Amino acid sequence: MSFRYTSRILRAQRLSGTQTCLNGSRTTAYTPLWQRCRGVASTPNAEKVLFPGALNSEFTDKLDFIQPSQLTAIPTYRVMNQYGEIIDKEIGVETEDEEALQIYKNMVKLSVMDLLMFEAQRQGRLSFYMVSAGEEGISIGSASALHPSDVAFCQYREAGVYLQRGFTLASFMNQLFANAEDNGLGRNMPVHYGSKELNIHTISSTLATQIPHAAGAAYALKMQNMQNPNQTPRVAVCYFGEGAASEGDFHAALNIAATRQVPCIFVCRNNGYAISTPTSDQYRGDGIASRGAGYGIATLRVDGNDIFAVRRATKAARDLALTNGGQPVLVEMMAYRVGHHSTSDDSFAYRQRVEVEDWKRRDNPITRLRKWLEGRSLWNDEMEKDLRSATRKEVLKAFEEAEKAKKPSIRNAFEGVWEELTEEQRAHVAEMRDVMRRYPGEYDVGAFEGGMDGLDELVEGKKSSKA
Amino acid sequence: MASKTPSIRALSRSIRPRAQLRPRCQHQAQCKQYSAAAAGARLNGSVEYDTTPILNHTSKASLANPELPPEIRKGQTKRINLYTAVNEAMRHALQADERVLVFGEDIQFGGVFRCTMNLAADFGTERVFNTPLSEQGLIGFAVGAAAEGMRPIAEIQFADYVFPAFDQIHNEVAKYRYRSGSTGVNCGGLVIRMPSGSVGHGALYHTQSPEALFTHTPGLRVVIPRSPVQAKGLLLSAIRCNDPVIFMEPKILYRAAVEQVPVDAYHLPLDKAEVLKTGKDVTIISYGTPLYTCSAAITAAEKDFGCSVELIDLRTIYPWDRETVLNSVKKTGRAIVVHESMMNAGVGAEVAATIQEKAFLRLEAPVKRVAGWATHTGLMFEQFIIPDVTRVYDAIKQTIDY
Repeated sequence: MSFRYTSRILRAQRLSGTQTCLNGSRTTAYTPLWQRCRGVASTPNAEKVLFPGALNSEFTDKLDFIQPSQLTAIPTYRVMNQYGEIIDKEIGVETEDEEALQIYKNMVKLSVMDLLMFEAQRQGRLSFYMVSAGEEGISIGSASALHPSDVAFCQYREAGVYLQRGFTLASFMNQLFANAEDNGLGRNMPVHYGSKELNIHTISSTLATQIPHAAGAAYALKMQNMQNPNQTPRVAVCYFGEGAASEGDFHAALNIAATRQVPCIFVCRNNGYAISTPTSDQYRGDGIASRGAGYGIATLRVDGNDIFAVRRATKAARDLALTNGGQPVLVEMMAYRVGHHSTSDDSFAYRQRVEVEDWKRRDNPITRLRKWLEGRSLWNDEMEKDLRSATRKEVLKAFEEAEKAKKPSIRNAFEGVWEELTEEQRAHVAEMRDVMRRYPGEYDVGAFEGGMDGLDELVEGKKSSKA
Repeated sequence: MASKTPSIRALSRSIRPRAQLRPRCQHQAQCKQYSAAAAGARLNGSVEYDTTPILNHTSKASLANPELPPEIRKGQTKRINLYTAVNEAMRHALQADERVLVFGEDIQFGGVFRCTMNLAADFGTERVFNTPLSEQGLIGFAVGAAAEGMRPIAEIQFADYVFPAFDQIHNEVAKYRYRSGSTGVNCGGLVIRMPSGSVGHGALYHTQSPEALFTHTPGLRVVIPRSPVQAKGLLLSAIRCNDPVIFMEPKILYRAAVEQVPVDAYHLPLDKAEVLKTGKDVTIISYGTPLYTCSAAITAAEKDFGCSVELIDLRTIYPWDRETVLNSVKKTGRAIVVHESMMNAGVGAEVAATIQEKAFLRLEAPVKRVAGWATHTGLMFEQFIIPDVTRVYDAIKQTIDY
């Protein structure tokens, strides 16, 4: 009996089951007509021709181009205005005072860390840094509304997601200094954080590559959610800027996320600039949100300076993403990039200082929440002063400790490329060790944990305790 | 263009695809072979898949393979071609591990080369499914799924179309484990399958063998099987391996290479080259389709020159088995590397440089490379560009006469 024969038998038995799981646990009621109808044939008596590519399209005898310029822009959802006043008092903010205070403190902590680290880079104590100024609300607000088991993929300006999930100041500083305690084992540039415990994948510099990753991860979660009904259902969440959304990976990811119906929340931080490029040079449509519908994805535009709007939108997006067995959701969060793109950028080369000052003064997520807190007598100037000075001390303490720590063992230069060290790698390490031994004055190995021992361990094939 | 030798007719019949080429250019499937050997050729056109020693024509020969585990060597075989072997490897993997997913363009109906026949029907479209036509998207999707614990087998319809996914493969797939550091997160469960190599009429975009581009990327494993037995065992190892694997399937062999293959699942090593034929005067190192060319050339050369040639199948192109190659060259003193892709910075360059470095004092002739010329494979010119029996035969002659 041939293998083929076996498979035919199997197939016959499973055909009926296959039909029902064709689109996962999606129920027919929610599936659009054009997704349900696969085989289409036109009969001589058909009322209308059904093109398989657009099944519910009616014929028209009017030649009208759809003109994006004539469409109204997608509105921006907000819960509180820039004075910290709640717009719909009936609904309120759905956030407890204690939680709002905690979120506020985290936003301040992020902003204090940013200021200090930016200065540290200017003093040459760090090689590189990127601040979150103006966008603390998006990362911290959305992270606070997700479940801790939800899997996050970040671009690089989402330190708030890490902070809100419990990434400690020590972890931030260890990564920035690429010391022996760094989760990345000293391999990545500063700000490329990662944490397995917090379910956040390590950041890579390549823009937008994480967007299809999130779609694939969400598909894995969807299957794991199905296989294990006792577990809390999880979603993947993916952050990216409006500039990254111009990459092909954005298109590929949203399209595959929609066709596979994955529980993924795509969060676009639209902060007006991609380094020096203003959005007018980035796209001509109505931002990123307007693209969602084209992919068949539920979409919302949110005021990213309004922490309550961000939180409520994220919660709703999460619920929606888990509806009907899973579906992607796109949320465009509007903000303004108050800081420079990075420490390697002077943004006043391409935008007016006054524009930045204006945004700093007029509206940002921290001051807006502070106004709300003060309106409820939960906060005052003295508390602000105490918080800032205490946070500053906390950051500096972690900073000094991380700066003093040893660099990771040199073995980490080679390990982790493949699961096991290859023969070629072992030969390379041996050759490198030989050169380093013969020219000891040319290499400073003292700062690295274990010095030359790290290389000896590799050549002799001892198993690493890390990685 | 018809050849007079029956074997060539048999070959062209066996490689004529039913749904071989991408729908974008399906008209080619009905076309004649544009590139074929001259009518009276003595060397070219003598590759006979029915009798070649590269394939195991009997069950006994197949089960004699010492790399197979004892229980497999006591088991059954059946005669199948390469696409069926690939299909069976994926079937075994899907059966054995619920984390395995199979997806790509046109996978669900069985694939344009029939490698995924019946898998969607048997395992459900949640695990075996079509993706939108976007290579970067489907590989990125696979990376994310692998990083969350699945074991995806992603298919690129033709190796020629892998380039949109090059960023994902080079910057993401290959670096995921390294950059994740002590978090231990990786996408090692990932296998990227792609049909590659020449078919006689694939022209510019259905012929390429881009393996050298991936052997320049640390973190990847690149594997190319030569036969159904190898395809099944190596693909199962690739799926089990915790490193991402680029698995390139010589598409001309999908139907042409038929041999006795063990019925049950078995694994072949991903770090070993294989000596297909022992010899004492010259070592030929190759992989994939050109092994058949080499085998035919060796038969002719040994008869004509009275020499003895050793033939090595590299199998895993990266990381590759230096030891087996060097041991052979140290014995024979001469080496020839044969591959379809272009010579400059090809796999042959790395093999030749390594031989020069590690076996310098044993070499009695320069290491010869027989590879694709520095051009694209224009439709009518494939026979002049891809290494053929004559070029390998001549390389043996030049090397032993040096």
